[in-house]
Amino acid sequence: MSDLRDLYQELIVDHSKRPRNFGELEDSSHEASGYNPLCGDKIKLFLKIEDGVIREVKFIGAGCAISTASASLMTETLKGRTLAQAEVLFETFHFMLTSPKDMGSAHEGLGKLAVFSGVNEYPARVKCATLAWHTLKNAIEGRGDSAHTE
Amino acid sequence: MSVTTPSVASPKESGTAPLDVAALRRDFPVLDQKVHGKPLVYLDNAATSQTPLAVIDAMRKFYLEDCANVHRGVHELSQRATDDYEGARAAVQKFIGAAESEEVIYTRGTTDALNLVAHSYGRTHVQAGDEVIISTLEHHSNIVPWQILCDERGATLRVIPINDAGELLMDDYARLLSDKTRIVAVNHVSNALGTVNPVRQIIAMAHERGIPVLLDGAQSIPHMKVDMRELDCDFYAFSGHKMFGPTGIGILYGKRELLEKMPPYQSGGDMIKSVTFEKTTYNDLPYKFEAGTPNIADAIGLGAAVEYLNQVGMDRIAAYEKHLLDYATEAISAVDGIRLIGTAREKASVLSFIVEGVHPHDIGTILDREGVAVRAGHHCAQPVMDRFGVPATTRASLAFYNTEEEVDALVAAVGKVQELFG
Repeated sequence: MSDLRDLYQELIVDHSKRPRNFGELEDSSHEASGYNPLCGDKIKLFLKIEDGVIREVKFIGAGCAISTASASLMTETLKGRTLAQAEVLFETFHFMLTSPKDMGSAHEGLGKLAVFSGVNEYPARVKCATLAWHTLKNAIEGRGDSAHTE
Repeated sequence: MSVTTPSVASPKESGTAPLDVAALRRDFPVLDQKVHGKPLVYLDNAATSQTPLAVIDAMRKFYLEDCANVHRGVHELSQRATDDYEGARAAVQKFIGAAESEEVIYTRGTTDALNLVAHSYGRTHVQAGDEVIISTLEHHSNIVPWQILCDERGATLRVIPINDAGELLMDDYARLLSDKTRIVAVNHVSNALGTVNPVRQIIAMAHERGIPVLLDGAQSIPHMKVDMRELDCDFYAFSGHKMFGPTGIGILYGKRELLEKMPPYQSGGDMIKSVTFEKTTYNDLPYKFEAGTPNIADAIGLGAAVEYLNQVGMDRIAAYEKHLLDYATEAISAVDGIRLIGTAREKASVLSFIVEGVHPHDIGTILDREGVAVRAGHHCAQPVMDRFGVPATTRASLAFYNTEEEVDALVAAVGKVQELFG
């Protein structure tokens, strides 16, 4: 039970049940959709980017607790960040989820996103945690078509 | 060297005595292990069943002692391989009550068998304006081949709807049948919900109009006695790995009169009598449909699985599983916040459910950590999920080696899910 709580931390359960920034953005400058065909997780991401800064970000979609909470916490974290900062965040986040355990702590600068460190123990769930981020990358790069986690 | 030892627990007396499940479990060494520190509770049998020693031994014997190609029997090993390969076919024929072994065609599995019929029978019988009938309950493998065929031919796919319990609406089926219908292809048992379809009625109604019926038997053959002559179906497809045999082997049963008229599905060696650059003469049944060197070891494994099931007794398996399904249905239904998807009156060995407020993918992960293996997802049956308005379900699927204690472990693990998300 204790190791399951490492994955399903209170913060993740909370964000999965009450996702923040959930809804569509009327005046978005960038949009993209993401889909995980394995488990059917779906997300649509809306961004308002001005002068290289993410001013607003919202999402809609349906998925498992990990993918929903990841999208919710991502949107919270991204507001006010530059695109360069967002890219570094994704890289650090991805490294935390996929790096071998003995590489030491890789949570620096992730803030609340470090709550997903437990996903590292569940390789099958890495795709759930990264779906929103892959979708973000597509939105920023102007590829509005479906992001895949494959 | 004797490796084809009969299973230690196979009850030779058969008859109506109840199963000695504890003894039978010893035939499946894989079941005796811990997963994440908890005893394995394997409830994903509808995806792939486990393999008894008798099957493993038969395949091991082939590779250790008899490995050679079949039907090229000038040397001893080839003769032995051919005898065992054809012996397995005869065992399957007897097991499913087919009139002749020539009606039993080896395939890669159910999907391959369904594709064979869609390609070979479909392309010679379905033309523009014709119709093919399937049902809402189908696995993608009994949807997509017909969809492709219909697109290609300008034909129309008709779908028998279901009610809220997950049962076919037979009045709608009656209305769908018409002079345009060329084939009816439905599953015997639904993989997503466990519904046992009224196939005798389905077949009788189609036959009144001279329409052939294909049954996807992947989920029925591990759980009940099937008899081709009694069912009177025209085609029946199933997989080895869902009936305690190996992966990569399956069977298409077809009535001789239909198979004789069908063109080959794939072509190459073994399916021909003679080849010149001007003309090729096809081989007789069943070899016309078995191009290339077949999956010999797995066919022999399938034969051993059938012999194993004969020893355990399909009637006794069905009786035990009915008891276990009733027990599981009651236990799962008693949990607050759980909704069973698929509550047909006639069901076999599947419990599909959703837990309020928790995505099936999360349930699958949590159950796994408790040692309980289930399937979480759409079960390759997205139209069924759409019908019930859910993206996915958690599916526990039973086999005769499962126990009430394992059902209790499932229920307890679901309790942990609710605790984590409470």
